[in-house]
Amino acid sequence: MAGITAATSHRRRSRGPAGRGSWGIAPTALLLLGAVYCLFPVFWVFIAATKSPGELFSTSTLAFGTGFLDNVEQLFAYRDGVFWLWAGNTLLYAGGGALLSTAVSAISGYALAKYRFPGRNVIFNILIGGILVPAVVLAIPQYLLFSKFGLADTYWAVLLPQILHPYSIYLARIYASAAIPDSLLEAGRIDGAGEGRLMARVAMPLMVPGMVTIFLFQFVAIWNNFLLPFIMLGDDGKFPLTVGLYTLLMAGANQPALYNLILTGAFLSIVPLIALFLTMQRYWRTDLSSGAVK
Amino acid sequence: MRANRLGAALAVALTATLAACGSGEPTPQSSAAPQSSAPAAQGPVKLTYWTWAPNMDKIVDVWNKAHPDIQVTVSKQAGGDDAAAKYLTAAKAGNPPDLVQAEYQHLPSFIAADAVADIKAETAAIQGEFTEGLWRLVTLGTEGVYGIPQDSGPMMLFYRQDLFDKYGIEVPKTWQEYADAARAVRKKDPKVHLGTFSSKDPGAFTGYAQQAGAQWWSIEGESWKVNIADEPTRKVADYWSGLVKEGAIDDMPYFTPEWNKALNDGKLLTWPSAVWAPGVLSSNAPKAKGKWAAAPLPQWNAGENVSGFWGGSSTAVSAKTPNKAAAAQFATWLNTDPAAIELLVEEAAIYPAATKAQSALGEAPEYFANQPDFWQQAAAVSAGARGFTFGPNVGVTYNAFKDAFDKAVQNKSSFAEAVQSMQDTTVADMRKAGFQIAQ
Repeated sequence: MAGITAATSHRRRSRGPAGRGSWGIAPTALLLLGAVYCLFPVFWVFIAATKSPGELFSTSTLAFGTGFLDNVEQLFAYRDGVFWLWAGNTLLYAGGGALLSTAVSAISGYALAKYRFPGRNVIFNILIGGILVPAVVLAIPQYLLFSKFGLADTYWAVLLPQILHPYSIYLARIYASAAIPDSLLEAGRIDGAGEGRLMARVAMPLMVPGMVTIFLFQFVAIWNNFLLPFIMLGDDGKFPLTVGLYTLLMAGANQPALYNLILTGAFLSIVPLIALFLTMQRYWRTDLSSGAVK
Repeated sequence: MRANRLGAALAVALTATLAACGSGEPTPQSSAAPQSSAPAAQGPVKLTYWTWAPNMDKIVDVWNKAHPDIQVTVSKQAGGDDAAAKYLTAAKAGNPPDLVQAEYQHLPSFIAADAVADIKAETAAIQGEFTEGLWRLVTLGTEGVYGIPQDSGPMMLFYRQDLFDKYGIEVPKTWQEYADAARAVRKKDPKVHLGTFSSKDPGAFTGYAQQAGAQWWSIEGESWKVNIADEPTRKVADYWSGLVKEGAIDDMPYFTPEWNKALNDGKLLTWPSAVWAPGVLSSNAPKAKGKWAAAPLPQWNAGENVSGFWGGSSTAVSAKTPNKAAAAQFATWLNTDPAAIELLVEEAAIYPAATKAQSALGEAPEYFANQPDFWQQAAAVSAGARGFTFGPNVGVTYNAFKDAFDKAVQNKSSFAEAVQSMQDTTVADMRKAGFQIAQ
């Protein structure tokens, strides 16, 4: 079946540009422009990371330097390898937070989409309202709240606030109502499956593409999050990469600035994100298309 | 099929993460436990210390080895204005560190928020270690003492010795001479500027104003007096305004790639900066090593020896700490003990605030190897440097500086208006925060 899908889509694609005429180039050009706009800074970080401190401000912006390995070595040696500790923390926050968030979102979205219960619309409307409140605004109130519970400056202080994400729940609800046919659930109930079993065996597998989307969104959001961990954490052993690298940047003017380490650190910290997207993307696309031809 | 497999994989990963979180749980508990039990138990006093000075953990190790009963843990933070905001938030929430590195300009906001302790009794013996000007920065001219000076940033003039020779310029001794030299340089090479005025660095402008004798804030009884648009400040503003307008100097901000490039390429010949400049120059303009030299800041009146401060910080004790005496004891050791100061200079690369330590500095920074008397020059400048009392909302004032001067530089309008806007914004903010303002 996959072969047929590929064949049809291929045929359709090859016919497309010819049918639409010459202005079909315009959208492609626009997308290319967008791609350059998004990818150029990444490319710049990569080039800058290869420059030794002496080359950073004296050679041309787009010329590769010769210091990449030295930079990496220095970065790993900085404060006895604190970079690895921060990288581990980031992985814990982003990986753990995104998994928990995906689980919470998927279950809530499924419940909101497929069950009718009093207060359902109220809950959903509150969630929609929650989308409008930027997380940045909540960071300080959350800090004061966590301080009251004695949870400030712990791993939980960064994990917990990122688990409940209104937009992900919204997405999960929309996805669940489209991807899970009511008749399928009815059939399951007639066959005698309990509600828990229905969710685990019928609903969740159908929601996987949506969950992958939510996971990727949340993973990237938490990976890049700066303000929440910056406010929540005092102990530099719990910092994620974003906050940790910031301490390198703002280390006072007394010593030579550590630009080369910061740039190398920034570059290395986006490599896992790129790798994640390249691997996860596969599941994402195949599942969406297999859903589409059902 | 694939969906199922991934679903299963997700489920497995999920349980693994949950388990990891479960096993991670004791960590916060165990780190919280000694804190709560410390005051009651017989064990050593545990202190946490927020600082951004490099290698402070190594210096603290020396203390910890010698003082088993007072153990200090360094948590390295990001410095700058954000550090002050973070500390204030932590103090408000009730979990600040016991000790904190406080820049002089932010200390008043800590005092106003009751976030730092008065350690007058604990520091009575060490006041003589510092110049009166520096000591005033930690007392604000009041009866209390709210920190111990750690480093200071007296301002000097850094200039390209080789290019001064090339263009035949004398080192300017007064600001008048500096302006003349700026015009002379433009005539000799239109691509080169003598210096630049940065609209992004309120600290530098504050230092200029201090040198001219400004007193932006003062305390009168229970109320504050705010006088940012005073006569010396307006004089400084008019001076730079004129130079920027006629194009005698550039208007690019400091610490930008553009500025780094100009320093490297010899397109900027001077940088009126603070004594910590060698650190910046060595990383931002490595190619020009050995070509820079330091001189006293140009004076407003020939023959004088006054300067201002750009930067510098103190060690303050949190008002909430249950171990105030121990914290003050550590802060005193760190900033006055000769062995500790030597470590500060060597490991953290600071310019010490303690007077004796300043004159004891020997070898010039590597970048200034061509100027063996670098530290003697610095000590002479430091002796004549004067600061002023900072207000409780310097952050607002500094932001007002950036907004107003950015605009003034862009529109080539007068800097005097920008100074007035700093004054108005600062007063309005203090009124809103409930401070009494004396007219």
